[in-house]
Amino acid sequence: MTKIVNRAMWLSLSLSLFCALPALAQETRVGNLTGHAEVGKKLYQRSCIGCHGPYGDGNGENAQWIDPKPRDFMAATFKCRSTPTGTLPTDQDLYNSITRGFTNSNMPHWDSLTKQNRVDLIAYIKTFSDRWKTDKAGDVLKIPAETPINIDSIAHGAALFQKLECWKCHGQQGRGDGPSASTLTDSKDNPIRPYNFAAGTDDSRFKCGSKNEDIYKIFMTGVDGTPMPAFGDVIQPNDAWDLVHYLRTLQISRHSKENEVLRAAGGKIPKVEIKDPPPAAAPAATPDAQPDAKPQGTGK
Amino acid sequence: MRMLHLPTFRHNAVIGACSWAAVLLAMFLAASSQPAHAIPAFARKYGLPCSACHEAWPKLNNFGQVFKDNGYQLGNDKDAPIFQQPGYWPVSFRATPNWHREHTNRMAVDQAASGVQGVSVAGWDLSGLDILTGGTLNKNISFLFTPSSDVNASFHFESAWVRFDNLLKTSWLNVKVGKFELDNVFSEKRNLTLSANGGPYQIYHFQPFNDISHGTTPFGIGDNQIGFEVMGHSKNSYTRYSVSVLSSTDGQVNLPTSNAYNVFLAGSQAFEVAGLGLQRVGGFAYIGQSPTYYLTSGGTPINGAGQGNKPFQREGIYGIWYIKKLDITTMFTHASENKYLVTGTPSTGTLPTGTQDASWNGALIETHFTVNPRWILVNRYETIRMSKQSVPGTPANLGNIDALTFSTRYYPFMHSRDGFAIHPEYSILRTRGVLGTTPAQDVTTSSLFLGFDFIF
Repeated sequence: MTKIVNRAMWLSLSLSLFCALPALAQETRVGNLTGHAEVGKKLYQRSCIGCHGPYGDGNGENAQWIDPKPRDFMAATFKCRSTPTGTLPTDQDLYNSITRGFTNSNMPHWDSLTKQNRVDLIAYIKTFSDRWKTDKAGDVLKIPAETPINIDSIAHGAALFQKLECWKCHGQQGRGDGPSASTLTDSKDNPIRPYNFAAGTDDSRFKCGSKNEDIYKIFMTGVDGTPMPAFGDVIQPNDAWDLVHYLRTLQISRHSKENEVLRAAGGKIPKVEIKDPPPAAAPAATPDAQPDAKPQGTGK
Repeated sequence: MRMLHLPTFRHNAVIGACSWAAVLLAMFLAASSQPAHAIPAFARKYGLPCSACHEAWPKLNNFGQVFKDNGYQLGNDKDAPIFQQPGYWPVSFRATPNWHREHTNRMAVDQAASGVQGVSVAGWDLSGLDILTGGTLNKNISFLFTPSSDVNASFHFESAWVRFDNLLKTSWLNVKVGKFELDNVFSEKRNLTLSANGGPYQIYHFQPFNDISHGTTPFGIGDNQIGFEVMGHSKNSYTRYSVSVLSSTDGQVNLPTSNAYNVFLAGSQAFEVAGLGLQRVGGFAYIGQSPTYYLTSGGTPINGAGQGNKPFQREGIYGIWYIKKLDITTMFTHASENKYLVTGTPSTGTLPTGTQDASWNGALIETHFTVNPRWILVNRYETIRMSKQSVPGTPANLGNIDALTFSTRYYPFMHSRDGFAIHPEYSILRTRGVLGTTPAQDVTTSSLFLGFDFIF
């Protein structure tokens, strides 16, 4: 009888381990590095648990003191992606976020960890949501070559800024003080401020990368979990580059080619008509941006 | 009952051991279950657990090194104090109540029949208190101020500096002014050994046994020094350099020695080895000078009026080798002191015939095994060998030392608010031929230490 009980216990234990292993065996690859979730777990417990919490739900012991709140990995909704809105980011996207950190939050840049450690962390982060088992990362956005920076491009971007009603949140001067700014909330119903382009003298405050192509990526894919929509289905790539060039001129304290072009043109942006207006309605907010919205394909 | 048949001393020993175990268990349980009430300054500011910056507190990992190199800044909005809640106060306290036993196998004792006997000292003690206040005064202006007391609550300033970070918008140019720790590979302010023998690094403080200047102008690379430091690093601190120009006072205030300046240079390069971790190699050099005599007034030396400066120097190379949880640091050092300094002879005086500069070599191997962020095992072996004695006829091995230390630190909890470690340690130090008997005999001292190290 004792033998039977012992065998049953061992079988039960083995089954539990067998079932638990896949959760720690998510395939993660960045470049030629493969992530190992079991290593990542230890790193997570060492460095991340205080904010993101033991369950990855963003409710670590310090979360109550932090604004903006730590990411909830269980929701599997990520702001910085190269993939379409509503889809999972690539491992490279997550790697970039960990490496870069977020200047306007508590999240530091972790480039002092080895590359392998960062990839291991990503492997573990992906165990917090079943969505990583059922969904694949979305297709990576193809970014066409940047169009020339000239006053026509800036002027067209300025017209798009009005037409797409970016000013409603970001304000006419891009200071994050548009008429809707004070009403915005993220997917957790926490107040959220639109990006203030005019603040600071450098690009460090851009959440998802500071190069022109990063900004292009942000409004083509949206910032999931926030009211910032994706415009990928709304505007053409050339128009998107024009918008990038205009947004750069809102960074009034930053030295840039766009600002040089604007200065050369006398500091005034000519008014232009949008010949091919985008659809009348602005695009919907990104998945999970509203309190009641469900993320696409989260399996929850 | 069997216990009744035990000799009395054995019975007492058993009771004593049980009492010890009970006390330790009670302290462990108490420490494990009590909520944290206080807040280390940086962890509170950024909301990161101790283990984010420390491999095992207080030893820094590379993330902590980057944070330190960047002027106690993470590079986000939380850096400048203006973004902190008004209730934030950048102060931490560290103290280490402990029990320790020091035993010296041979000591000159008047009451001993032979004039020499072993001496032991043991009991509960206090470590003193460090008050650590540090952080940023503004974006890219950081500071550290550390009033530190001895066990009698007599305070001195262990550190007091301000640092201008990322000058010219580059991490390669940072300037620190004040009293600060040199850019050492092993920090004596954050080491993992605390006992009387094992706490300080012998290799940082060694001077020849008969060095007359030892008492008047002591020097140790591990001591905090006063001056300014130019330091730079790559973004991830894989590449680091520092140049310090220091008053030749070994960190003493009020310029008690001379007008001499010393220079400390350090540099290192880290690289990743797949599957093993971050490796680092580096080197350092300290080039200094000290006075050989003082101007006097009425026969009394005038403070700070040291004259006849003579040189001394220390150089070293090291490697830090990680094999996953195991890291091994190897170091080789060479040092020399001018013959006038060693013999305490004014530079205007005459040296005994055959007197030469003293020199010695040192080697160190320190091993850490980080079981997890809450438990680390430490072992260190140091050896120092005189290569040239200054005074002719001095035994070649006089003053040579070997030091061996074992310690472990266990952290019952790991929060972002405070830190606590239970720290047992054993160390033994043998010094060759320093007991002035005929023939001269070696002296061995050992330390047994049990510390309760807390910071809040």
